[in-house]
Amino acid sequence: MNGDNAANDQQVAIPRWLLAELTYRCPQQCPYCSNPTDYVNQLDSELSTDEWKRVLTEARQLGAVQLGFSGGEPCVRQDLEQLVAYGRQLGYYTNLITSGMGLSEQRIIALKARGLDHIQISFEASSEQLNNRLGGCDSFQHKIAMARAVKANGYPMVLNIVLHRHNIDDIEAILHFAKSLEADFVELANTQYYGWAFTNRDNLIPSQRQLANAEAVTDRFRAQHAGKMKVYFVVPDYYEDRPKRCANGWGTTFIAVTPSGEVLPCQNAKVIPGFDIPHVSQHSLEWIWRESMLFNHYRGTDWMQEPCRSCDEKWQDLGGCRCQAFLLTGDASATDPVCAKSTRRSTVIRLVDEEGPQTPLVFRNSQNSRALIKNGREFK
Amino acid sequence: MIDATTILRIRPGFRLQWEDAQQAHILLYPEGMVKLNPSAAAILLRCDGLRSIDDIVVELKTEFPDVSDLANDVYEFLAVAIEKGWVDSER
Repeated sequence: MNGDNAANDQQVAIPRWLLAELTYRCPQQCPYCSNPTDYVNQLDSELSTDEWKRVLTEARQLGAVQLGFSGGEPCVRQDLEQLVAYGRQLGYYTNLITSGMGLSEQRIIALKARGLDHIQISFEASSEQLNNRLGGCDSFQHKIAMARAVKANGYPMVLNIVLHRHNIDDIEAILHFAKSLEADFVELANTQYYGWAFTNRDNLIPSQRQLANAEAVTDRFRAQHAGKMKVYFVVPDYYEDRPKRCANGWGTTFIAVTPSGEVLPCQNAKVIPGFDIPHVSQHSLEWIWRESMLFNHYRGTDWMQEPCRSCDEKWQDLGGCRCQAFLLTGDASATDPVCAKSTRRSTVIRLVDEEGPQTPLVFRNSQNSRALIKNGREFK
Repeated sequence: MIDATTILRIRPGFRLQWEDAQQAHILLYPEGMVKLNPSAAAILLRCDGLRSIDDIVVELKTEFPDVSDLANDVYEFLAVAIEKGWVDSER
């Protein structure tokens, strides 16, 4: 390391987060899944237990301290308990992000014994019928049983419900449902449009009226139940007029590793063409974090075009999300078109104005994944 | 709310630990963390479900005799920590 590289080196922050996407296998078929639509190609190439342990060790050495086990459905992996124990021994705060499918009370107890810090269970809706229709399987009663078992075993209970046009009007029922399960935290996460959600966006995005109503109901609920249950409401990017930082800033905080061992600055970054995607079998995580083209390219602000380049807010949002810029404009270096200063803002507005379903929902499953690959509609 | 006899603990499921990489104590919680300055860490490390706030103040006064208005700082910080849900009382 010398010259300019050394100067650059000083500015490279240490990662804090490792997202371990253990598998793309999942019993559910949610049409807003953020996994790549061509995931079926990666089902047979999952990292082994030992390979994951090496990834966990290297990321911890770099400074990562939050570890998310995600997927797909991470509980599908039979070595989950081993990996949790290993991660916890390394000093990670270990988060399990699950649909609840593949969990059992025995497994919850075993995970607790191995030091798992937190379980987040997702529901698709607060009614059994809609939950099961959206998730594509009869999961509702099992999820409730697992949420109760999580609580009974002394974990902080975090419920996650992804919001979209088909469930957002039930927001009051959702909040009371969460309360009945004694949730400590509730994430009302509006769908963000990547992966399968991008494919289905015309049929998922809520209207302005729906969103305003949901926010008002949430605020009222918060006022009535202050302190009991913490409620986070995440507005869809498309309704903002300033973009969000991409994974808290590209290459500043976050490392995502896909089931087959690709290393990404966010779990969606593979949609951006033109990069050699670094792989854990070819490079150390340290090299990937510090030296790889993929992690360096959108670090900082040097890559920016106008209007970002001369914008006085460029260090606040770092130009927004690179994947969103690419998906909506075809140019990953463009200003995130969510921004009101973007000349392409109208592509976002057009989407937001469309109300009512136009096409049937494409559920996330292997058959549809193959069809999307074949039809060339995949965004990787 | 809180007084000299209140006994606080780190909220269950949260974890306080030293991070070499950040050269700081950090408080970890579901999908988040906060980096603590040395005085915040000194207080939170003593919220162990055993010491009362008065015990904490007395200890810190011994350890940092030059800090003026230390008790006030401790109460102010703990009020924030309770509001943020970092610590709670078992009672």
